[in-house]
Amino acid sequence: MSKRKIIATTSLAGCFGCHMSFLDIDERILDLIQLVEFNKSPIDDIKKFSKHCDIGLIEGGVCNSDNVEVLKEFRKHCDILVSFGECAIMGGLPALRNNIPIQECIEEAYLYGPSVEEANEKGILPNDIEIPMLLDKVYPCHEVVKIDYFLPGCPPRADLIWDILYALITGEEVELPYEVIKYD
Amino acid sequence: MDNANITGIIEKYNNDRTRLIDMLIDIQVLEGYIPDETIPVIARHTDTSEAYVEQTVSFYHFFHRNPPGKYAIFLNNSVVAQMMGREKVARAFEEEAGCRFGEVSEDRLIGLFPTACIGMSDQEPAALINSRVFTRLTPFRAREIIRYIKAGKSLEELSTSGYGGGMNASKLIRSEVRNNVHRRGPILDENYKAGDILRKRIPHMSPEEVIWEIKLSQIRGRGGAGFPTGMKWEFCRSAKGEKKYIFCNADEGEPGTFKDRVILTELPELMFEGMVLAGYAIGAVEGILYIRFEYKYLHKYLEHVLAEMRKKNLLGKDIAGIQGFDFDIRIQYGAGAYVCGEESALLESAEGKRGEPRSRPPFPVEKGYLGMPTVVNNVETLCTAVKIMKFGSEWYRSLGTKESRGTKVLSISGDCRYPGIYEMEWGYSVNDILDMVGADDVQAVQVGGPSGNLIGPEEFDREIAYEDLATGGSFMIFNHSRDLIRDVVLNFMNFFVEESCGSCVPCRNVPYLLKQKLEKILGGHGVWKDIDDLEQWTKIMSINRCGLGQTAANPVITSLKHFRALYEEKVQRGKSFDEGFDLEKAVAESCKVVGRIPAV
Repeated sequence: MSKRKIIATTSLAGCFGCHMSFLDIDERILDLIQLVEFNKSPIDDIKKFSKHCDIGLIEGGVCNSDNVEVLKEFRKHCDILVSFGECAIMGGLPALRNNIPIQECIEEAYLYGPSVEEANEKGILPNDIEIPMLLDKVYPCHEVVKIDYFLPGCPPRADLIWDILYALITGEEVELPYEVIKYD
Repeated sequence: MDNANITGIIEKYNNDRTRLIDMLIDIQVLEGYIPDETIPVIARHTDTSEAYVEQTVSFYHFFHRNPPGKYAIFLNNSVVAQMMGREKVARAFEEEAGCRFGEVSEDRLIGLFPTACIGMSDQEPAALINSRVFTRLTPFRAREIIRYIKAGKSLEELSTSGYGGGMNASKLIRSEVRNNVHRRGPILDENYKAGDILRKRIPHMSPEEVIWEIKLSQIRGRGGAGFPTGMKWEFCRSAKGEKKYIFCNADEGEPGTFKDRVILTELPELMFEGMVLAGYAIGAVEGILYIRFEYKYLHKYLEHVLAEMRKKNLLGKDIAGIQGFDFDIRIQYGAGAYVCGEESALLESAEGKRGEPRSRPPFPVEKGYLGMPTVVNNVETLCTAVKIMKFGSEWYRSLGTKESRGTKVLSISGDCRYPGIYEMEWGYSVNDILDMVGADDVQAVQVGGPSGNLIGPEEFDREIAYEDLATGGSFMIFNHSRDLIRDVVLNFMNFFVEESCGSCVPCRNVPYLLKQKLEKILGGHGVWKDIDDLEQWTKIMSINRCGLGQTAANPVITSLKHFRALYEEKVQRGKSFDEGFDLEKAVAESCKVVGRIPAV
């Protein structure tokens, strides 16, 4: 292989479970670092893109304005974007709030929730300029930017993540037997 | 509410949970809605759980869990209603009533709600107000109706056009609905004499001979699917079961269909006679007319017709003097659900449950109502069966085409001069029909309702027949002023999103996704791939359990097939991706809640 591929990853409105599953490739991570170099990713803790990347893995859906910004950055800096995991693909658990008005969500979280009642006596709703704003609903990534591939699972199994990454890196076709794409 | 009243209603139906829909309708008539506290009472007295009652109540859109206002106005939002100016009427209602659709006015006097096609496509826009039908509405009429309500006028006084023709004017109906029958054939024949067949012909025939005659006629079911009626009767006759049932399907929910309304109004004896005939043939002791809630205004009249038939010994014991032939009919109202027109969903609903289609086999002819062999026939099928017995199968076979014998009662609506009912032999071309009803400048025709086929002028030489364009009766015409995607396809998809029972995943989700895509394309954000997606995504619909689900993407499929250019001209060129995501819009609400300015 001529050149090591460059990979970036991020977790938007996710639980980092997909990243945990990624780490479950265990000792194959040693093979992986022979094949790739990580750029912006929690794995090496690089916060900002410093290179153009080949592959971007997106965990989590899009729930606030910061997620939108990060996702657009990824689209700009990566040739291939992969939504990996249920939340990135369909919004997942966070999207359960999609039928509840924002006002109710915010008030429950900061005013009326059992754990905040006394802690927030002044009834402050967070509005610092540094804080990203909630979107009207949690969006799947592909409703905000173009996504090239979808890797389902909650989380996707480590073997599957490995297979897909290996295929994307080497350009070889991936095998997807029936058991892998059937989910019920 | 008074518990004694509820228990009274429950006892009226022998605490029988299969009569839950009847109980709920009665409670709603009494209270105006289904109060929370009635649920545990019903559950206790019918020996079932609260969840069981809840799931039935929540399934039907005419059951209200909150008071819908003293006058609950259900304005039709079907495609033809929209074409005839429904939106302006809706705005007039809202302005005059001081509340929006989905809400009740502050004084609890008026509630405004949307509803799917109410079977009045020949006189739209139409609305139901406390089960009374108001047709040919205009913004002027809408405002007038609200003013009259506020002035304390009675429901009857809200109507200003006088009664519609025929039996609509009879003292048991008193409705402004018009029949609009423009062409009669043997089924709609006005000279029909009730009871002729039962008195003169049936006493000389065995049930097997009746079935044989029906089989010879080669009549196929008129609801849309076209299953051979004689075969259905034969299967049911030979099925084992201690009791058998005949159902007449008058759920007529397919948007654009209203022929059953006219038959129910003008020829109910013929339909009931057909039920008795079928009952005789299959060996049933009970017939049930399952009729949609939208036709509640016919209830008293239909009960009266049944009472008259009992007096004439056309129902009851030893009918028409045939020893041991006992048969009676009861009326079962639905409560607002299109899917209940599907025969197994209809049976579920008649048993007091959610109207979810059953898995088949077993088919209703083996295990139907209450697990007994059951025939479910369309209104028109049963009427036709009577005429076949009267004039013979040979006569019947001489009408129509090879695969489609006889005549079909068509419900024609949309952009034409004479919308209404036309009884035609099968086999006329679409062009013939357009000529007949006075339709010019026609862009497209929807044959067979939303689940049917949207075709353009290059196919107007096709025939109305099972071998070509099958239809349950709905025939909607659109001229060139209509945007087919926005006015027709999107309207149909909204309908299917609303009417899916939710049982099968593709039917529950795909119509919603298709609708979102259509809105994206109509909003100017479409790209070429969206058209491909529409095409691809519809393919999964074939795995749904029932006919509704399997055909719920047909508006998209058939419009793509015949009007692809309309989609193509709406998508952006030279752009491969556009989701139309608008950050400012997406954060507007949360910024408002916390008080942030500017928005992002």
